[in-house]
Amino acid sequence: MTIKELKKKIILTSQASSEGHIPSSFSILDILYVLHNGVLKAEDRFILSKGHASLGLYAVLADKGVFGWDVFESFCKPDSLLGGHPSRGKAPGVLASTGSLGHGFPMAVGMSLAKKIKKEDGRVFCIIGDGEANEGSIWEACLIAGHRNLNNLTCIVDYNHSTDRAIELLHLCDKFTSFGFSVKSIDGHDHESLMRVLSSPRFDRPSMVIAHTVSGKGCKPIESNPAWHHRPFSIAEAEVLIQELV
Amino acid sequence: MRKQLIATVEDLLEKDERVVLLLGDIGVYGFRQAFKRFPTRVYNIGILEQATVSLAAGLAMDGMIPIFHTIAPFLAERALEQIKDDFGYQGLGGNFVSVGASYDYAALGCTHQCPGDVQVLKSIPNMQIVVPGSTDDFDRLFRQAYDNPYPTYFRLSEQGTTFTSNVEFAKADVLRQGTLGTVIAVGPVVSMVMVACAYLDVTVLYYTTVQPFDRASLRENCDTGKVAVVEPYYEGTSAYEVQESLRGRSVNALNIGVPRKFLTGYGRIADQNEACGLTVGAIRERLVAHFDSGE
Repeated sequence: MTIKELKKKIILTSQASSEGHIPSSFSILDILYVLHNGVLKAEDRFILSKGHASLGLYAVLADKGVFGWDVFESFCKPDSLLGGHPSRGKAPGVLASTGSLGHGFPMAVGMSLAKKIKKEDGRVFCIIGDGEANEGSIWEACLIAGHRNLNNLTCIVDYNHSTDRAIELLHLCDKFTSFGFSVKSIDGHDHESLMRVLSSPRFDRPSMVIAHTVSGKGCKPIESNPAWHHRPFSIAEAEVLIQELV
Repeated sequence: MRKQLIATVEDLLEKDERVVLLLGDIGVYGFRQAFKRFPTRVYNIGILEQATVSLAAGLAMDGMIPIFHTIAPFLAERALEQIKDDFGYQGLGGNFVSVGASYDYAALGCTHQCPGDVQVLKSIPNMQIVVPGSTDDFDRLFRQAYDNPYPTYFRLSEQGTTFTSNVEFAKADVLRQGTLGTVIAVGPVVSMVMVACAYLDVTVLYYTTVQPFDRASLRENCDTGKVAVVEPYYEGTSAYEVQESLRGRSVNALNIGVPRKFLTGYGRIADQNEACGLTVGAIRERLVAHFDSGE
């Protein structure tokens, strides 16, 4: 499916369930798509630390055939495998239960350390939100990853500025560089850039990719619009959103 | 007990390649040999408890058995949500070993005291909580439980008893039997309880695992429904378990433990024991009154 078709699926499923964080999902959909279409290898691990963007992950996993679209469409129903936040051992293809911000990235650091201890190949990828980077545990994990030089770790920051209204993450590149990361700054919606950067990390240090993104990317009414962060909406509104997709 | 922790963990590091030790910048000198012998599996990870617990979960996801050791409030209270979500909710096994039980660090004040650790950890449904009374208890219980698929909290205490018992994980030990009622002694208070009960005709049960709680042993050893719990942390922490164990019976329970208030005094452990009524004399007085033995 194309990104636009995946977005349509997300809108319809969110509407049907009256659940789901559409802008957050659209913000990282290109990153998830590229990761799962050419970057991630069998020996790699991936954790979606900003778990509220689960619909984006579920859409990509369904597109990859990890589970059927019927499962995707059961999103948030009482007996569904797919909840508002991904659950390990329940949602197929999901390694870690996330949702409470600031947990997934340190878990990814632990997985990176485990690979080092076991001398295993493969890399560990993680997506965090910029709002999530308010959490102290993110910076604690950065301290550990930098100090332990976990060069098999790549973290991607979904930098959509949605929480600038609370705290602006000024000089983000400098911050992560000072923690011992190799930092690259890219357009988080440009597949070519994403593929190039995520496929060729600098292997002497842990990698931090600052992906400049737009919350609700590709659907004008919800782009950078906090009113759409998490809300139920009507079929009529869904049709408008779908018409607006680019 | 800390010396025993070092001996036990070093032995398990030797025997089980899945074991990884994470220190919150404490015990580093004690584990100096382990650092040398197992440099890829022993880490002084730093003073960042929340990330350390999550990191430990990441290790557990890849088949390792993490042991995280630090001071009780910074483990059980600061990192509670990480233990709940990353281990409890995800169903991962891992070990959390605290020092500084209740007021072991009496002189350091309330920030370093933790009489609420067991109570808060009990709120995690699949959390296992072990309160060893002695170094032998710790060694036996740790070896029995360290590699099971649940998060397990081991509460080390400076008040370790020399009392010996062949403890088993998740099992209460029947130390003596009587007719007036049942006294539950949890972990290191067992010595005091045994002395306090010397002339009381009561059953004494010794609990070193408080979650899962051995309800069957209490049910089988409490015909009267008259119970007293003596525990080394906030009084009443085990009240729910006592009630559930004796469901359907008339229960008259006395809870003896650390009073539910900030302990703003300093001094030493003995001073706090005195202030909290956790001395042989004070315990005996309350037990006698409760069981109404006529003494």
